[in-house]
Amino acid sequence: MSLVIRALKKHQNKNRKNNMNFSSIFTIALKAIMLNKARSFLTMLGVIIGVGSVVLLTSIGTGLQAYVSDQFASLGVNTLYVVPGNPFGEGGGFGGEQSVIESTRPILRRRQFNKVIRDNRSVIKDGAVTGIGIADAAYGTVTKRVTLYGVTPSYATVRNTKAETGRWYTDAEDSKAERAVVLGPGIAEELFGDIDPVNKRVQLNGQAYTVLGVLEEKGGGFGGPSFDDYVYIPLETLFKHFDTELIDSFVFEVRDKDDIPAAITAIEDTMLTELEEDEFTVFDQSDLLETINSILGVLTAGLGGIAAISLVVGGIGIMNIMLVSVTERTREIGLRKALGATPRLILLQFLIEASLLSVIGGLIGLLIAYLGSLAIQPYFPARVTMEAVMLAFGVSTAVGLVFGVAPARRAAKLSPIEALRYE
Amino acid sequence: MVLELRNVSKHYKLGDTLIKALDEVSLGVDENEFIAIMGPSGSGKSTFLQVASMLAEPTSGEILLKGTDVTQFDEKQRAKLRNKEIGFVFQQFNLLARTTAIDNVALPLLYAGYSSSYRTKQATEMLHMVGLGDRLQNTPAQLSGGQQQRVAIARALVNDPTIIFADEPTGNLDSKSGEDIKNLLIKLNNNGKTIIMVTHEEDVAEIAKRQIVFKDGHVLSDSGTKKAPKQKQKK
Repeated sequence: MSLVIRALKKHQNKNRKNNMNFSSIFTIALKAIMLNKARSFLTMLGVIIGVGSVVLLTSIGTGLQAYVSDQFASLGVNTLYVVPGNPFGEGGGFGGEQSVIESTRPILRRRQFNKVIRDNRSVIKDGAVTGIGIADAAYGTVTKRVTLYGVTPSYATVRNTKAETGRWYTDAEDSKAERAVVLGPGIAEELFGDIDPVNKRVQLNGQAYTVLGVLEEKGGGFGGPSFDDYVYIPLETLFKHFDTELIDSFVFEVRDKDDIPAAITAIEDTMLTELEEDEFTVFDQSDLLETINSILGVLTAGLGGIAAISLVVGGIGIMNIMLVSVTERTREIGLRKALGATPRLILLQFLIEASLLSVIGGLIGLLIAYLGSLAIQPYFPARVTMEAVMLAFGVSTAVGLVFGVAPARRAAKLSPIEALRYE
Repeated sequence: MVLELRNVSKHYKLGDTLIKALDEVSLGVDENEFIAIMGPSGSGKSTFLQVASMLAEPTSGEILLKGTDVTQFDEKQRAKLRNKEIGFVFQQFNLLARTTAIDNVALPLLYAGYSSSYRTKQATEMLHMVGLGDRLQNTPAQLSGGQQQRVAIARALVNDPTIIFADEPTGNLDSKSGEDIKNLLIKLNNNGKTIIMVTHEEDVAEIAKRQIVFKDGHVLSDSGTKKAPKQKQKK
């Protein structure tokens, strides 16, 4: 019986032989780090700063992207635009010369808009027609060149643009081409200062227009002036008094976000009955958002890349200390070798030690970056993503391994006799 | 024979001059022998110890350990061989600083790949055997020179090696501690251990059963060659 037990025990020991080594070596490496706490911490500092700044900067970048997405959402995720030509151009981007050139020739017509609304009630809730003009606006002594945004009154609901004070003009006022305007908050302040503009009269190209209301602050305005600086004017008034017949865009409000692809197809089908395929473009916010996000993505990567330089510097710091450590512990290495440590095990020990320094540093850096992002969140939209965390962790491990190789190899190559003799 | 050296040489280059630290040395060691290697400094006794203990490779010649030719072993094989078959006792003790006696003793078992519980058990047993059963958790700084050397001897024994190599084991000790270590070595030899000890002290060499004197890389005299056939007869 006892023989069997002994045989079993021996078998157990044999079984443990292979996987014991790694965890034992790991313990040795960890002990070496703990024996020199101050030095270990100072060595880690490079990686702490490196990982911290990479994660913090990318969190600012991704936070910015999220912020922009939110802003777009507030402009209306259910909104579709129809514009003449192709504003996205050949190589991406938006705005640009092409749309200006295209828009000098009237392509979009009121009847197309009406047809789209009439034929697609199942997916499209409402819509607005817009046109652009320019005028000199004056109140009292202040004169400003302003953008007139001729819109049908439904624009207020379609784009969720409420009047902060006063009111929007009505359909009747639009169709009668009344001389009435609604001001964006930016231009309202520039023209009127502290005075409440509602029911005041503003001069546009010398003609008096009644200010019916002032809009809520909206921000935004991509590739052009802010929506807050527009003077909103009934479309018919724009066409009648400002020498233009051009419809700049149709804006449609889709009933549900999921209906957007169906709505795009429906609008395109209706529009194609009158226009050629390349004469107009239907797009939603996501197209714009994609372009902006790709720019911010490059920016984030750039910031992260610059911060990554400090990570490399941190890695060099680890290599430096590990080289010192190998020299300092030459006798210990010699002894370990004499007692049966193979070159591979010595290599492993120092490699693990370097990686541990780097990984622990990475974790501390991560914690600091996380706390940092929490600290700046009231002022700036920072967001630490799982990807950034994984990347920082992976990179700091890699830094430890890469910069640990040279010292570890030096240790592994030491001759046991030379090492034991070393004073 | 547990260890046999056949025409073993070890040459160093020091600048332009070739130093023959060991020159065509042939020597056999039987089981349970206790050999003292003596000679003036530069005689080759330390080089002999390094080559015979697998720490250094010979320039030429053959080394047989328990009948196996180990001359061509690479560093990995030599490390494993040292771990299993050789125990080391150094003049400088060579204990890991800031590491407990028990962890120091267990070190060879760690490289042999034994589980932590087995390592602790064996190391504890060895420390008890060398009379340090109450010092298991002490670090070298908390131990006297003699105690440190006893920890080193426990470490040399823990893997139950074939041969123990001791390099001036009493060289760094006061006479009282030196006596303790001498007695411990005699006791080990009486229990069946094969010991090869390098020393330049006559009174230390006297405890060995066989004295070999080196000079200029050659064996100058070997007292034990007479004993060898006697031991062979025993078998």
